[in-house]
Amino acid sequence: MSTLSVKVWRGTESGHYQEFEVPRLESQTVLDVVTYIQRSLDPTLSYRFACRVGMCGSCAMTVNGKARWTCRTHVSKVAENDCIEIAPLHNLPVVKDLVTDMQPFFDKWAQAQGRFQGNKTRKDDFERVQPESRERTLVDAGIECIGCGVCYSSCDVVAWNPDYLGPAALNRAWTLVNDVRDTGNKTRLAAVAGDAGCHACHTHMSCTERCPKQLSPTAGIAGLKRAVLTAALKGEL
Amino acid sequence: MKNDFRARSHPAYWAFIVHRVSGLLLSLFLPLHFWALGQALQGEAGLESFLRWTDRPLLKFAETAVVVLLAMHMAGGVRLLMLEFMAWRDWQKSLLAVAAGVSLAAGLAFLLNIV
Repeated sequence: MSTLSVKVWRGTESGHYQEFEVPRLESQTVLDVVTYIQRSLDPTLSYRFACRVGMCGSCAMTVNGKARWTCRTHVSKVAENDCIEIAPLHNLPVVKDLVTDMQPFFDKWAQAQGRFQGNKTRKDDFERVQPESRERTLVDAGIECIGCGVCYSSCDVVAWNPDYLGPAALNRAWTLVNDVRDTGNKTRLAAVAGDAGCHACHTHMSCTERCPKQLSPTAGIAGLKRAVLTAALKGEL
Repeated sequence: MKNDFRARSHPAYWAFIVHRVSGLLLSLFLPLHFWALGQALQGEAGLESFLRWTDRPLLKFAETAVVVLLAMHMAGGVRLLMLEFMAWRDWQKSLLAVAAGVSLAAGLAFLLNIV
């Protein structure tokens, strides 16, 4: 049976790569590899996963330098000469080994006013939103984000400016800007218009390149820039 | 932990590098450009002798590089403006290829003109 040489990050912010030899199996995913190491070779290895089928977004790691969902990444797709290197997501504090602290990532969703704000009660009738309407089409383009952090980890602007809200939070803000039921856009646009908001994006498009759901946060960020400009010209900001 | 070149190896990031580097190089060229134009202040002869000096093949080659840099920076800039101010299009990578093609065509046209 052929084997796979796997380098796995051990430690916190400072640490080292530890090498393991893992049996190579057909249709093996990177998450299978990490699980094999933890269950058969070194039970002290820490990593995070839940659904194993690309729904929860908790198993994202850096595989051969690129952020990915490990559960949906086949070894055959990423192995170079039967070697893979697995590290925690970049741009986030490392708790231990492959586990990052996602708090800064989710705090920024809150800072970008990523919470729906409506003005109706359960006694009101349903809002009628036409699926083909321009706003709903724009919402649809970005709504499938599951908050895995791959875009945030891939973004250089996050590394350059730690306050930058990041692609996922801005994408969330953009879906709410286009939600006709939402009433919080004034504060939302103000929240995303600052130095650490949409205008800080350098259009590297790494988020769009790496998003496992094929979303384009860059498109949402460009939309936010236009929305902020329009609001500023109208004197609303 | 921070990203390295592996996370950055995709066309849109290369376009960012090309745009940034061409901008920096052009900003270095700009003072030289103004100095050359400033020669006209000393009279026609001064500028004319400088321009004749730049007719050397090596300088023409350098001039072609400046034309390509300008074309790259402009095409990249137009691409960014389209990306930010117009409706999003899913063929952003094709837009990159068009920007690269326009830059190359501008350089070739300049070369054809001087050879």
